[in-house]
Amino acid sequence: MKEIILIKNGELALKGLNRRTFEDMMIKNMRRRFEHIGKFTFKASQSTIMVESEDENADFDTAFEAAKKVFGIAGLSRAAATEKDIEKIKEVAAEYLADELMFAKTFKVNAKRSDKNFPLKSPEICMEVGGFLLEKFPNLTVDVHEPDIIVTVEVRDTHVYIHGNQHKGAGGMPVGSAGKAALLISGGIDSPVAGWMMAKRGLRLMGIHFAAPPYTSELAEKKVHELTRKVAAYSGRIKLYVVEFTKIQETIKDKCPEELFTIIMRRIMMKTAEKIARREDCEALITGESLGQVASQTMKALACTDRAVDMPVFRPCIGMDKGEIVKISREIDSFETSILPYEDCCTVFTPKHPKTRPSVEEVEKAESAVDFTEMIEEAVRSARFILID
Amino acid sequence: MALAIYLDNSATTPLCESAKKKIAYMLDECWANPSSIHHLGVIAKDELDKARKIIAEKISAREDEIFFTSGGTESNNIAIFGAAEKLSRRGKKIITSSSEHPSVENAMKALENKGFEVIRLPVGENGSINIQDLIAQIDEKTILISVMLVNNELGSINPVELIKKAVMMKKSPALIHCDAVQGFGKLPIKVQKLGVDLMSISSHKIHGPKGAGALFVRKGVQINSPVYGGGQEKGLRSGTEAMPAICGFAAAAEEITEIEKNLERTTWLRNEFVENLQKIDGVVINSGKEALPYIVNFSVLGIPSQPMINYLSEREIYVSGGSACAKGHRSTTLLNAGLSNERIDSAIRVSLSRFNTKEELDILRENICCALKNLRKV
Repeated sequence: MKEIILIKNGELALKGLNRRTFEDMMIKNMRRRFEHIGKFTFKASQSTIMVESEDENADFDTAFEAAKKVFGIAGLSRAAATEKDIEKIKEVAAEYLADELMFAKTFKVNAKRSDKNFPLKSPEICMEVGGFLLEKFPNLTVDVHEPDIIVTVEVRDTHVYIHGNQHKGAGGMPVGSAGKAALLISGGIDSPVAGWMMAKRGLRLMGIHFAAPPYTSELAEKKVHELTRKVAAYSGRIKLYVVEFTKIQETIKDKCPEELFTIIMRRIMMKTAEKIARREDCEALITGESLGQVASQTMKALACTDRAVDMPVFRPCIGMDKGEIVKISREIDSFETSILPYEDCCTVFTPKHPKTRPSVEEVEKAESAVDFTEMIEEAVRSARFILID
Repeated sequence: MALAIYLDNSATTPLCESAKKKIAYMLDECWANPSSIHHLGVIAKDELDKARKIIAEKISAREDEIFFTSGGTESNNIAIFGAAEKLSRRGKKIITSSSEHPSVENAMKALENKGFEVIRLPVGENGSINIQDLIAQIDEKTILISVMLVNNELGSINPVELIKKAVMMKKSPALIHCDAVQGFGKLPIKVQKLGVDLMSISSHKIHGPKGAGALFVRKGVQINSPVYGGGQEKGLRSGTEAMPAICGFAAAAEEITEIEKNLERTTWLRNEFVENLQKIDGVVINSGKEALPYIVNFSVLGIPSQPMINYLSEREIYVSGGSACAKGHRSTTLLNAGLSNERIDSAIRVSLSRFNTKEELDILRENICCALKNLRKV
């Protein structure tokens, strides 16, 4: 039996004349994601994208799971394709959905006839198919309001497609449609969530991670690779830069007031990140900051970090509670990795009593005790990157 | 006599080259403890992660759903005792089949002694359970269902993928465990599709080393561990990981790339063999037509298993009677499948791997013919 995946795009339908551009972008993203799964073709028609395969043994299970993580998709279903013949439709519906129908209690049939030349009208298709299934599966009764399973029959140009319940897609906008930005990723719970949220709004991501060996370990960096991988499952490939930050941190520790250590470090991080971001054509920075979560995330502290760069800084978690962030991190499967107990560079040298209400002037003055320009250049120059899929 | 012909692959398999190489590498160079945080430990941890990823991919599971154990028996034990203990407050009823491997059956007996009620579903002549029997037994007090994917003696395949739906239909809290030791690497297995919560697989049945196996535990499913220690494998199976065996296991699994093709080829091989075998007077086939083609169980009426095995063994052809794990007893699986004693006593199991050839099976058949002539004279 020929199987296909039917994809309904969400917000894209609202994009008017630009719809094609967005659709093409989404298809391109899917094509890249499906590359290693098998040979698939993508066809857009009537606000639906049809994913098919010439290969009989194509792995639709894996493809379907991958499609659930592609942004821009509102809903998706696996369907059987058959000829435009009502007898065939009945047979295929009973066979293709047998496993589900066998154990369901209630069902209804939903017919969509976009090919108006098909001899039966939608209600007639419903009657025919519904009647047939009722007879074939004595366990079923019809419930048009809240059925366990909705059998959908779509009569389109060349084929009829039959599927069960539609699955929810990842939503959002196709990755890349909003441009590209750099995610500052630490190893905690918040930054992967922030990256995921912005990718969902159509940003392609690049990652920047600051390491401070020997204060931070090889394992801590590996954890960040793993977290990036979790985000990449949704956003597609991420180029992750690892910046060695030890010397800068030691210098701040030696030369700047202790209570301003974290805030100055954050500023230098932002400056370093901005340089790498610009080099890679990113147009914004993304952080996982949430208002008031720690001393460096008070409004005044954020004002200080904002002033360090000349680029928009997206903080999608800014208004979220920890619990809400954790919920998303569980959904995108980064939580278990985030809570692995490795040190991260933000917690090395943390002051006992960090200043929660620093003023920009005071911070800039303290920072000017050292000329960080060359050290930042060196950190950017020596940054390594790896590609994470 | 040409090279030895090994046809007892359901008992164990010879080690494949890539597993051998991997084990040598692990012993020589990557011997550190994966829990150590220094560089050597990190490299070892990398190998362990890689192994986990490979095994996960082979059954379409997530990496964090794979727990390494010492083999099929330990996987089955952890799954069954772990689940029973965890859910014992919700009920005491456990359903299994009447032809499980001893590592399941004996675990069930132990649970019965602890006050659990164990229902053993009958198997039909083909050796597999009937899903309707299962549906009739499942209720809200049922906490565990353990059914093997492929029977080790007959090759019968159980309708495991229907169990999940039956459980949902009956709104039962039961966890579903599947002993997939004989099916792994031979049947395409996707844990989601199979609908299992727990699944056991083993290394040495797929040309990997002895001493390694894995238990799949679906994400979100919690079971107690009967093993206490340093918390390795997320506390489910403490003890420093048997790295050479585990990585050898993964290397062997990685070699299995064309399950569907191998299955097709083996089906053809089996069909040819069975067709020719049936022409011999006194031979009856015990395995069903729908059974896994890698296992062919037949009886040469009048000749007990042991002399037949000895006769073939002298000619360097290695087959088995019942399962290698139940020496000396009349096979309960075959009894439960309703076979006559005469058939059971003369049962021979030929179990193939993807490396066996038609020539080997032809030689086996010829030798069975010779045995028939010679042995009856004794």
